[in-house]
Amino acid sequence: MSGAPFLATEHWWDLRDLSNISREILEFLDRVGPDWLAYVVSPLIGFVAAFLLFVLPSQLFVGVYGERRLIGRMQSRLGPNRVGKFGLLQPIADAIKLIQKEAITPRGADKWVMWTAPVVFVAPAVLVWAVIPFGPNMVIADIPVGLVYFLAITALPVLAAFMAGWSGNNKYSLFGAMRVVAMAISYEVALVLGLLGVVLFTSTMSLQAIVEWQREHDIWLVFLQPLAFVIYFISASAELNRTPTDIAEAESEIVAGYLTEYSGMKWGLFYGMDIGYALAAAAFGSTVFLGGWSLFGLEEWVPPWLILVAKTHLFYFVFIWTRGTLPRLRIDQLMALAWKYMLPLAAINLLVVAAERLWWHEAGLGDGIVYLFAAANIALALLLVVGWARVLGYRPERVPTRPRLVKHVGGYVAPGAETGGGR
Amino acid sequence: MLDVYGHIAILVVVAIIFPLGALVTSWALQFVRIRPRVPSDPVKEDTYECGMVTEGPSLVQFNFRFYYVALLFLLFDVELVFLFPWAAVFEEVGTVGFLKVLLFLTTFVVGGLYAWRKRAMEWG
Repeated sequence: MSGAPFLATEHWWDLRDLSNISREILEFLDRVGPDWLAYVVSPLIGFVAAFLLFVLPSQLFVGVYGERRLIGRMQSRLGPNRVGKFGLLQPIADAIKLIQKEAITPRGADKWVMWTAPVVFVAPAVLVWAVIPFGPNMVIADIPVGLVYFLAITALPVLAAFMAGWSGNNKYSLFGAMRVVAMAISYEVALVLGLLGVVLFTSTMSLQAIVEWQREHDIWLVFLQPLAFVIYFISASAELNRTPTDIAEAESEIVAGYLTEYSGMKWGLFYGMDIGYALAAAAFGSTVFLGGWSLFGLEEWVPPWLILVAKTHLFYFVFIWTRGTLPRLRIDQLMALAWKYMLPLAAINLLVVAAERLWWHEAGLGDGIVYLFAAANIALALLLVVGWARVLGYRPERVPTRPRLVKHVGGYVAPGAETGGGR
Repeated sequence: MLDVYGHIAILVVVAIIFPLGALVTSWALQFVRIRPRVPSDPVKEDTYECGMVTEGPSLVQFNFRFYYVALLFLLFDVELVFLFPWAAVFEEVGTVGFLKVLLFLTTFVVGGLYAWRKRAMEWG
């Protein structure tokens, strides 16, 4: 879409811009093949580059292996360490195991829906990468409504999860499916309201243009929209059913939620692509809020796609971190968080951003004003997060953190010993 | 401009072939005797309830509060659909557009507050 080339060189071996290689291939195909060949092949090159070379290996080795190892570390256990050196071949062993398992369809299950659900679940995980820009010229389809496209595509796996839960002919599956849908639609509203603030600032819904905007103004949107970023993070982890919010698959309550009747490759696709969606959410979050492939001028020297990959994995690490640290919440807590806490906050955030943007535009202020907005919005975010919790009646617990002398016991009492026991 | 949507259409085909390929490969392995033929044991096809015999139908009643959530979602999501075009053309519509959207949002704030008062956002 952008006209002028971003980097000085246009050699195919310049790895800073992989689109040079793709252009060479497409020009060659144009010379030797029919007219439509280059058009058909160009998204396939993007698919191979983005999905097969980055997402799938990353999903296997960072998602399946790294996540389990890291969570193992966080929970004082080892994690997979047997297959290959350091257990590095574990994902491949898992894949081989899953693909040769027999396919069980329980009696009374809706066979067609049950087999279609994994396909409906996996296909969007490939499609979301179409709009993620890996570099100035490296995006499969830079559509002008990329942000809405992303939201629409990531709403599809919810349908797949419901299909999976309903078709299994199992009570637990059905409960899990109902919970998935309730969770996803609750958090969707706050998520979209938060992202509207981003669109207000950038005046565009193309992800490439959002990255360009952040590059031009020398600021990441996470500073301009801290509240939206936090809301995005919580909502994404809720829609992905990751552990602090994974009531849909709560194994202590409803066996395995909507996946109770799934096994073998059908289950493997669900499991693998759960990680794929987490990765996609991380890539989208780093594109929209963390400057995407840009890094304050450094992208001229370091390959931009490497910057995005690094940011994606950092973002994903925070997903793993929260998963390893926080306990699971109850469904009433989660619903209250979505509707009573994040939705009003997102709405207030939207109005504030709209007012700021209006002032900026009507008064004809320069671009430097964004730093003032950033400071104001960070302060406002802190104030709102603490203040709204107070409005809803939350008071910080006063648990003693140091041992204190209690006279009538005749000694020191360990912190938490009074509250933790008999009551 | 519109040709990028064609690229997405091509990707849709690839995206459907990709999981189908995995499922078909897994299914085809039974003919080379790597995977057991299905069903190898009728007990495996029972509904899984941790070993208990299933009682009654599986499509049981569920909590009516899910309907509340769905209604609330409809209320707010329809609102969001209308807000996206406004956000994209914010500079053109300016103050007038902002005030109109403020009026539009007020109706939803009233609706949301009503739902809050009616305890639609409570669970259990």
